[in-house]
Amino acid sequence: MTLAMLPYLLAFLLLVVGLYAVVAKRNVIKIIVGLAILDYAVNLLLVLVGYRPSPSGSPMAPILTGGVAHEPALVAGAVDPLPQALVLTSIVIGLSVTALVVGLAIRLYEKYGTFDTERMRNLRG
Amino acid sequence: MPLVVALPLAGGFLAPALGRVTGSGRWAAALPLAVAAAVLVLVLAMQGRGDEAAVLWMGGWKFPVGISLYADGLTRLVLLVIAVIGLLALVFSMDYMRQYTSPSLYYGLFLLMLAGMNGVVISGDLFNIFVFVEIAGLASYALVAFGTEADELEASLKYLALGAVASTFILVGIAIVYNVTGQLNWAKIAQAVQGAGGPSLPLAVALAFFLMGFGLKAAMVPFHAWLPDAHPAAPAPISAMLSGVLIKACGVYAVARIVFSVFGATETFGWVLAVMGVASMALGSLLMLVQADFKRLLAYSSIGQMGYVVLALGAAAVMQARGVSEAVVALAVFGGLFHLVNHAIFKSLLFLCSGSVEYATGTRQLKELGGLGARMPVTGACLRVAALSISGVPPLNGFWSKLVIILALVLGGFYTLAAIAAAVSVVTLVSFARVQRYVLGGAATAAAERAREVPAGMGLATVALATLCVASSLVMLPSVRGVLVDPAVRVVQAGLGRRAPQAAPVADVARPACPAVSGAGAPEPRLDKPAVPHPVPPAE
Repeated sequence: MTLAMLPYLLAFLLLVVGLYAVVAKRNVIKIIVGLAILDYAVNLLLVLVGYRPSPSGSPMAPILTGGVAHEPALVAGAVDPLPQALVLTSIVIGLSVTALVVGLAIRLYEKYGTFDTERMRNLRG
Repeated sequence: MPLVVALPLAGGFLAPALGRVTGSGRWAAALPLAVAAAVLVLVLAMQGRGDEAAVLWMGGWKFPVGISLYADGLTRLVLLVIAVIGLLALVFSMDYMRQYTSPSLYYGLFLLMLAGMNGVVISGDLFNIFVFVEIAGLASYALVAFGTEADELEASLKYLALGAVASTFILVGIAIVYNVTGQLNWAKIAQAVQGAGGPSLPLAVALAFFLMGFGLKAAMVPFHAWLPDAHPAAPAPISAMLSGVLIKACGVYAVARIVFSVFGATETFGWVLAVMGVASMALGSLLMLVQADFKRLLAYSSIGQMGYVVLALGAAAVMQARGVSEAVVALAVFGGLFHLVNHAIFKSLLFLCSGSVEYATGTRQLKELGGLGARMPVTGACLRVAALSISGVPPLNGFWSKLVIILALVLGGFYTLAAIAAAVSVVTLVSFARVQRYVLGGAATAAAERAREVPAGMGLATVALATLCVASSLVMLPSVRGVLVDPAVRVVQAGLGRRAPQAAPVADVARPACPAVSGAGAPEPRLDKPAVPHPVPPAE
């Protein structure tokens, strides 16, 4: 258990918090917030995968491995760009999911006049 | 090959636009039908290549930078199922969707879902699988809510919440895998895993996340809670697509790909799959007995029948690890994949029939139905074929695939599992006998009095599927089987063949995986990676 692992553990903690909100909360809005927290947790994890402090002091942007030897400043400071591209995609997907679920919540509120899932459950099984 | 995804994707955006220009008339279905037919032709043209695996690098970019599409036997088999069911469901929609408003939006979402599923199956890297799962998922959440009544909205909310959790799990799995191997292309990950001598602890954690994520998408017990709400709430052709195809493409296919092709199935994973399969079979079939709603009954039976597929695949992995002969293992895999195809056919037929019944009578409560056998002869006959097929009555396709699965289980020495599989089959028979009695037999109820045969388009789709129910028994013939299913069986078996030694210590996991432009695939050590083991997530 080193200090370097702490950010990862915090990301997983955030994941658990989001999961708790989605599973245990009764209010639709709180469930939506939970979904957003889940999103952020996994995005954070992906960004962390791209950057880690290196004991050897020489991180490297992997896509540029071949041609960056003459750019020591870039080599010293760069992180793996791929996870960031993944995070961008993931954020876009998260946005569309959130938009859809908020739309659903509005329609549900029009039907029931409440956000409480306990009072709108007419399907069970 | 990219057209299989690109056409429905483009069509998905064109269809609503076209609908706005031309008004939502009958012609709204023309473009989607053309797209689905074109996809079917493309997929048919891909068949019959044997064991050849086609890899296509998008945009001409090569390995570390580009994104690849990948098609082997398993891919082609699942693509074929998606294309056939998708086209027939669209044919059915032409008449059925006249009950709903804004059909052009419906067709747009339908094509998006089709694009997503094709994309999942054809992707060569994990992150693209995730993206396409999300595309298919988003379209299906919206389609489940398409009726915009209270039931539909609630079912969609439940489906969406659990689906989003599943996606998060999948993405966490991808992050861990990328951290350990530095790869997203799953063929390269497979090499890295093999090079390390089997899955290490972080990879096992990643696999657990994948299993939870795709297990949720496939609605395997204990992750099944959303399916009995979501599938009945959708319009009938969409229920057919969700139950018939989506849980296979986004669920079972992805599980098979990741467990077998990428990680290489060990005995433990085999047991996990087998136990999930048995639990799904038992729970799905038992709950099916007490359902009063026609479509909800069908949804529970989907859980049960997918249990067969997962059980067969898991048992195959266990058998392989225990050194049962190759032929028996191949038989189990064949049974699983054959049942997957069959289930797609008869379950979509059952859902379409339930749609026809609901269209004619306005209800789907079994108690309110009756005497439809005489009033709706075509639908009735198709329903009978599908019900007999799912119950495993010879000579229909369901009989053969269940027979193969049970036979393989017995030959592999799993007598208990074989007995459970046979018992579940009997339960299914009882339950569908009950369906036939309520819906088709007996005196006509008030709701059935006014029932008339459905329009031609709906009849055509159901008759075509019923014919397929009979015709796909032909897969038992060696010549047909050799072309369609065997290449897929060999793909799965190749994943089984890797008998991985005990997991390497975490710090020694090879990281050959720097995606470097220089040196074609030559492993270069990644300089920024200290040997920090990935943290294990807290128990949930």
